Amino acid sequence: MSTRLATGGRLLDRSRALEFTFNGKRLRGHPGDTLASALLANDQMLVGRSFKYHRPRGIVASGAEEPNALVGLGEGARFEPNQRATTTELFDGLTCTSQNHWPSLETDIGAVNTHLARFLPAGFYYKMFIHPRPFWKHVYEPFIRQSAGLGRATNPGDPDRYEHFHFFCDVAVIGGGVAGLQAALTAAEAGAKVLLMEQTAHWGGRAPVDGGDIDGQPVAGWIAATLAKLQDMPHVTLRLRCMGAGVYDHGYLLGYERVADHTPGTDAPRHRLWRIRAGQIITATGAIERPLSFAGNDIPGVMLASAVRDYAVDFGVSVGDRTVVVTNNDDAYRTAITLKKLGLEIPVILDARQSGGGALADEARSMGIRVENGKGIAKVKGGKRVTAVAICAQAGEGALLEEIKCDVVAMSGGWSPVVHLWSHCGGKLIWDEAHAHFRPDPANPPKGASGEGFVIPAGAANGADDLASVVADAHGAGQAAVKAMGHKPKGKAPEASTLPEAPMQPVWLMPQGAKTALRMKAWLDYQNDVKVSDVQLAAREGYESVEHAKRYTTLGMATDQGKLSNINGLAILSDALGQPIPQTGTTTFRPPYTPISLAAIAGGARGPVFQPVRKTPMHSWHEAHGADFEPVGQWRRPYCFARGEEGRHEAVAREIRQTRESVGLLDASTLGKIIVKGPDAGRFLDMLYTGMMSTLRPGKCRYGLMCNENGFLMDDGVVVRLDEETFLCHTTTGGAESVHGHMEDWLQCEWWDWKVYTANVTEQYAQIAVAGPNARKLLQKLSNDDLTADALPFMGWLEAGIAGIPARVHRISFTGELSFELAVPASRGRALWDALLEAGEEFGVMPYGTEAMHVMRAEKGFIMIGDETDGTVIPQDLGLNWAISKKKADYIGKRAQEREHMADPNRWKLVGLETLDGEVLPDGAYATAPGRNANGQRKTQGRVTSTYHSPTLGRGIAMGLVHRGPDRMGEVLDFPKLDGGIVKARIVDPVFYDKDGEKQNV
Amino acid sequence: MLILTCPCCGVTGEETEFHQGGEAHLKRFGPGSTDDDFHTYMFAKENPKGAHFERWRHNNGCGKWFIMARDTLTLEVYGTYPAQTHEPPKHIRDAITAKRPGWTWRAFA
Amino acid sequence: MKRYSVFAIAREALRDHMGWERAWASPEPKKTYDVIIVGAGGHGLATAYYLGKNFGITNVAVLEKGWLGGGNTGRNTTIIRSNYLQDPSAAIYEKSRSLYETLSQDLNYNIMFSPRGVIMLAQTEHEVRGYKRTAQANALQGVATEFIPPARVKEIVPIINLDGPRYPVLGGLWQARGGTARHDAVAWGYARACSAMGMHIIQKCEVTGISRENGRVTGVTTNRGDIGCNKLGLVVAGHSGHLADMAGFRLPIESVALQALVSEPIKPCMDCVVMANTVHGYMSQSDKGEMVIGGGTDGYNNYTQRGSFHHIEETVRALIETFPMVARLKMLRQWGGIVDVTGDRSPILSKTPVDGIFINCGWGTGGFKAIPGSGWGFAELMAKGHSPLCAEFGLDRFYQGRFIDESVAAGVAH
Repeated sequence: MSTRLATGGRLLDRSRALEFTFNGKRLRGHPGDTLASALLANDQMLVGRSFKYHRPRGIVASGAEEPNALVGLGEGARFEPNQRATTTELFDGLTCTSQNHWPSLETDIGAVNTHLARFLPAGFYYKMFIHPRPFWKHVYEPFIRQSAGLGRATNPGDPDRYEHFHFFCDVAVIGGGVAGLQAALTAAEAGAKVLLMEQTAHWGGRAPVDGGDIDGQPVAGWIAATLAKLQDMPHVTLRLRCMGAGVYDHGYLLGYERVADHTPGTDAPRHRLWRIRAGQIITATGAIERPLSFAGNDIPGVMLASAVRDYAVDFGVSVGDRTVVVTNNDDAYRTAITLKKLGLEIPVILDARQSGGGALADEARSMGIRVENGKGIAKVKGGKRVTAVAICAQAGEGALLEEIKCDVVAMSGGWSPVVHLWSHCGGKLIWDEAHAHFRPDPANPPKGASGEGFVIPAGAANGADDLASVVADAHGAGQAAVKAMGHKPKGKAPEASTLPEAPMQPVWLMPQGAKTALRMKAWLDYQNDVKVSDVQLAAREGYESVEHAKRYTTLGMATDQGKLSNINGLAILSDALGQPIPQTGTTTFRPPYTPISLAAIAGGARGPVFQPVRKTPMHSWHEAHGADFEPVGQWRRPYCFARGEEGRHEAVAREIRQTRESVGLLDASTLGKIIVKGPDAGRFLDMLYTGMMSTLRPGKCRYGLMCNENGFLMDDGVVVRLDEETFLCHTTTGGAESVHGHMEDWLQCEWWDWKVYTANVTEQYAQIAVAGPNARKLLQKLSNDDLTADALPFMGWLEAGIAGIPARVHRISFTGELSFELAVPASRGRALWDALLEAGEEFGVMPYGTEAMHVMRAEKGFIMIGDETDGTVIPQDLGLNWAISKKKADYIGKRAQEREHMADPNRWKLVGLETLDGEVLPDGAYATAPGRNANGQRKTQGRVTSTYHSPTLGRGIAMGLVHRGPDRMGEVLDFPKLDGGIVKARIVDPVFYDKDGEKQNV
Repeated sequence: MLILTCPCCGVTGEETEFHQGGEAHLKRFGPGSTDDDFHTYMFAKENPKGAHFERWRHNNGCGKWFIMARDTLTLEVYGTYPAQTHEPPKHIRDAITAKRPGWTWRAFA
Repeated sequence: MKRYSVFAIAREALRDHMGWERAWASPEPKKTYDVIIVGAGGHGLATAYYLGKNFGITNVAVLEKGWLGGGNTGRNTTIIRSNYLQDPSAAIYEKSRSLYETLSQDLNYNIMFSPRGVIMLAQTEHEVRGYKRTAQANALQGVATEFIPPARVKEIVPIINLDGPRYPVLGGLWQARGGTARHDAVAWGYARACSAMGMHIIQKCEVTGISRENGRVTGVTTNRGDIGCNKLGLVVAGHSGHLADMAGFRLPIESVALQALVSEPIKPCMDCVVMANTVHGYMSQSDKGEMVIGGGTDGYNNYTQRGSFHHIEETVRALIETFPMVARLKMLRQWGGIVDVTGDRSPILSKTPVDGIFINCGWGTGGFKAIPGSGWGFAELMAKGHSPLCAEFGLDRFYQGRFIDESVAAGVAH
């Protein structure tokens, strides 16, 4: 069984105990424990179930590469599925549960799949569940979905806080092991601003576990001394629990800091996303040990040799009493030596190399450990825990030589550099034959904006395999980084020493000639249940590309993204295809290095600040007076102002009635307002609008249409000539920014010699429409200036004082009523609003919302951008030819409108639609035409663009685009309803109310 | 996330400060032009694998449009220059030639 | 071709699965073919399949620069829907969707079409009107959709937050027979079926030139030699401009990156596809349990299959507002694909200025769902010179100003 040793545990604070629960069991650990080490200390080897076969799964690694030990962590709204136990720091009160089993971890019904494994090879689901057809969605798939999926997510929102942090430095070093520390020191000593980040809670990486000397002192001492030096440098920033998550184009680096995962409930943000701009990035990300592929290598108790060592040295945990070590390299001997020194039993070291190991092997032998060269494991025995191993010759087919009882198998298939961050942004890899791994290709680094490389690998991440070369390589990386940043490199690499190691020897399958029965039990991907036989099957079936094999078998697609399995799988695939590994190539490494929380990615921009709301000066009044808001662009505009028990419909009708009969107010501040100024302003607007603006006289307003260069109507609004050189262009609410950008585009990129300036002053002014027969009376109460029709005719404007506030008063109307639009400085908007409401009391004045505005404009047959237009409509479709100048040689969109389809007289054109029985046409309804088209679709001859109940007329009114509509006045069209009925509507003039404009022109 | 340097205000900033405006150095064809010319102007994009001249606006900055020469295969930036030019400056063309000998882009090389 | 079935699995299980034949052959190229399709993605393979199945043309080679299905077919978010507004789009996407219904049986390969339903959320009054219009159009186009109120949305997607502080859910356009399929399987299934008809799928075969005589195509030059043909179909998505260049014409196409991401797998929590176009995010759950999430495209021309991270941030924010529960999930993997976008964001299925060369491209962000329909129509176009499904998608529409613009119904298309 696995237990806590009486002494030891480099990272532990044994003076304090922490309580936690696993599946409701109360357990104890110490500060410094990871959840994984604490579980092992409590003999909890079984921690989960695999994805496909629901096989028992135990902890296999000690770090980020762990594929098995995933738990549901926490409770309630703080619950989180799929938390990796090996990277979860233990804290007091931690609660966790195992995943993907029913009814319990120990007795999982799903485990029946393991007995069906023979019938569920790679890709089995592509070959079955084909018949009968409905069964996939309703029978097979629900079952598959239910048995996959690992952890559960809870529904409540996330109570924690997350933040983003911007950071700039010359050199960012990822990984705080010996290589990272040395690279950071080298860079910092040369004067570079340095960020050093380490994903775990401790500096030094695994060197303190593995031993060795640097600069004549034990590595642990050197780490402490180097750290102290770095901490003393003001231009160095050090961060623990901060992972390099992704490297992106142009030197963008993402850091993921788990600030408070180990202290939940404190005020600190849980995660912090670092958005780093670094001149150079050094990836000192170490290496990951590879498993060996032998039958039964997935049984709990089979672990990476380095992990077994880590648990012993770092956490004082013995994962078992009898550990068989199986290896193809010298490093794993360290595990045997370490355990033996702790008084644990090592029945045998199986070294697959015929030639055996070097100095470490000699040391092991000298301690009395039995070492067998050229031997391997034929098969591991056990169910939920290893009980024994069957030994065989590595060279053979697995004939049993001897069975050895044990409860742990510590395996090592060699080490793979962590090249993820190097590769994210295009760094290439080369195959290192001697170490049988991919490492960064120095000739092909990821390249930044300048075209030069910006990532430098260091230490084990660069393929360095002993302490001396790690330190030297890291120093070189630090020097290269500062040189690239224009600093002068300083210092020299410290001397380091460890025992020399004999060369490793690639072992991709154990034993080499393993037969099918063994290969079907030799796991590559523990979480997704991919075995050697699966990859071989994929190759046989023609899924030869590494991406095909990955996708067909799901190898490397689990939450560890193949950190343990990829190279082994690749080697099996290459062997099956009879080609060298580099020819097979790797799959693509994609960010993030390990999964990062979506909440951290969102950062602070959640809830009310997800997208800030733009507010007019009157917004708070609206809020206080029952405004029923609708989102319009970045704004929220009152749809209507409901009173008491009133519904939307009644409120809108009341607002319209009041405006038509007396006077109403509209907060029109959201309308875009752009100043266009300069000697060429008129000429410029002549190009921008379809109509002629240069002839507009100061003091006058003119309605304008704006098209894009492709001819389509994009915006409309009233243009006001303020003086000889200055125009004010009104745009739609949503169009202000884009129209301004559009203007600048043409001014700067096409007609850059024209003397024109533009300024978007949308938010500088509050704008209020005062509309209705009593509008003038109301204004005149507040103004001594002359606002009569003579002084201020329709489509004119003047400056006047209203309620003592200087205002620009425009005689323009979107309701068809006598209407004034008042523009005042934004800071005075609320005061004017209040004054109008107060003075208007005798007229029953009330505000109206966007819906009343829409209905009133439709009653008048005025178009609305976004309703009558949808990006496919040209002004000519809308009967707006009067607003298109015939005199101008050119305007934006004019050439486009000359194209065949746009000049076609058969286009759908704007008309009014009057239902025969007065009902309201459905939104978006189409008028059918006889027959069907070549694709069997009903033919159509028109559609509704706006449809409302008109309280003024007491009936449904609509506008629509109809094939040759204006030529067909009086014809009746059929508009099918979705529920089966048909609404009949007559083609009429689109102006339903006050056709002669008598009301607005008084 | 690209880094851009605005040639007008000199600021170097993140892509989020800028707005992309499509292919640069288009010759506008207005009324009276042929269908072919107009189509080419509006739709026939270079879309090269390699050096691409494109318009950007520093819209969360100085508001100026400018042109950037950027490689679509590597995202390397060869340089930026004001929009008020009819063709790329020589130093930028040289920089592209150094990386992509024999390149052409419309009439430029 | 040995048929796939549960019995075949059982039979093979007893001999350790040693008897399975190759899903597709790996032949050497012949000197000449009747038809060459460049691009062994979903669209290219489907075209070849329907050339054989519907027109008996089987002397066909599909040439692939890399590995089959390795482009956008294997990089998308697998959404299938046909709730398009404009008639030509609705026709081809609905043809496609209906072919997906029986594709597993047709190909004898389980492509896992799962009609779990697609909701497009309406989050502004403008969107409400837009989707009501789409529902009206769909009714006449023979596409089964309906506009549903918020309560019904909540019923279908219990994890949704209807009352987001910024954009409340005002309803949705619901297509019950939309859904998802296993993207790789679509390419593999078509490849296997093509191979079974004797067609040649030639991977790692890069086209480097296109030969013409008297304005007519005669063949292609590749890294595996010259190959002759009578007809040539270019079905290479983001690389279309590059190949058109070899044939001497230009396309109204730009290539940009589209990004997507998946969460770690969790137990089933959402049994449909939800698209929120106002906030630019969409999400579904894969059979493995991953939440599959996508958003909008990057703005700049790009061939790197990588994008800018701030788009991921925006998409994730949008999804958290819509589905608060995803906040505590983790992003497992993000990736990018290169999508080819046309001047009106609708595809091109067209003859070209060169006799015998046909082009199928411009699917932008929405190509996966169109694979069977696109293949069906394009095969007809190549075989007969005319196809009702493709008729409106010609290159000439850009000259005539006859655009097929879907942006009215959806801010972003997928």
